[in-house]
Amino acid sequence: MTHAAATAAVMRAPFPAEPGAGVYSNKLGMWVFLASDVMFFTALIGTYIILRFGVTAPWAAPAAVLNVPLTALNTFLLICSSVSMVKAYAAIADGKKYFLRAIPGKTLRDGGLKFWLLVTMICGAAFVSVQVVEYIKLVGHGFTPAGYREGSLLAEHAAADAVRYGAATAGLYGSTFFTMTGFHGFHVTCGVISMTYLYLTKVLPEKYSAQDYRGIEVIGLYWHFVDLVWIILFTIVYLI
Amino acid sequence: METVAHKRPNYIAIWGYLFVLTVIEVTAAFLSHIPKRWLILILLFLAIWKALLVAMYFMHLKFERWRLRAVFIIPLPLAIILVLAVITEKIW
Repeated sequence: MTHAAATAAVMRAPFPAEPGAGVYSNKLGMWVFLASDVMFFTALIGTYIILRFGVTAPWAAPAAVLNVPLTALNTFLLICSSVSMVKAYAAIADGKKYFLRAIPGKTLRDGGLKFWLLVTMICGAAFVSVQVVEYIKLVGHGFTPAGYREGSLLAEHAAADAVRYGAATAGLYGSTFFTMTGFHGFHVTCGVISMTYLYLTKVLPEKYSAQDYRGIEVIGLYWHFVDLVWIILFTIVYLI
Repeated sequence: METVAHKRPNYIAIWGYLFVLTVIEVTAAFLSHIPKRWLILILLFLAIWKALLVAMYFMHLKFERWRLRAVFIIPLPLAIILVLAVITEKIW
């Protein structure tokens, strides 16, 4: 057996597969949902691209309006949550239901499902919190879904430098920015709520085992997709 | 169990990879003097690279059967067609 084939055999979960698809129905259902979500986010991101590169008037430089270092920190948080999610999956696939367990001869403790899923939930909640703080600050500076608020700091800047602050396209920028990042934040919030529910009803009572961890694999797929979408959004909205 | 753990991808290494690529992205966007057109291409390339790492190793697409991969891959060209169709309409 080749290394790739051996790895593939290990990664395949020990649950009955649906005929045809070759995977259990919960997982197939999540993949189909994610495929539909690809089209949903394409509509949002595509609209932004078409509006931004289709208008003839100047568009605001992201760094002039948005807090890019804060969002870079948020990106780091989401990447950390993705790796902790996959560590939670690996832990339960190995039957590690515990929180932390001492390893003989080592100072670091071995994390189980309870530990890694809690880390994921904390990182996810921190991401949403930072996003809320970002929104409050942006609106405070005058950047709203309708553009720059009259009399605000950003409106004054835009009056002084219409090109850098994209004065003529601020309405388009505000509506597309808040729609895209808002829907993504909504996805993250739904993920955190779902994980909290699973944590309280299935993880803490130790209902998952090495023989059945479908819930963790399915919520993991959703969570990684949310991370994947943010990777694209961060580049397109904050860096370009 | 030890053999099973050994055969899984090194998730921490993938995390390090993603972190380094993000740092390169932010540095290229704000500290480099690359022309705008090239910068956009470089940033998109890095973003797609990172997204592929997440899909292949964290979502385990690399280890899934082709029929399941198709569920996720088929919407991608459709998504590109959707955007291109609207852009083309604007040009016409």
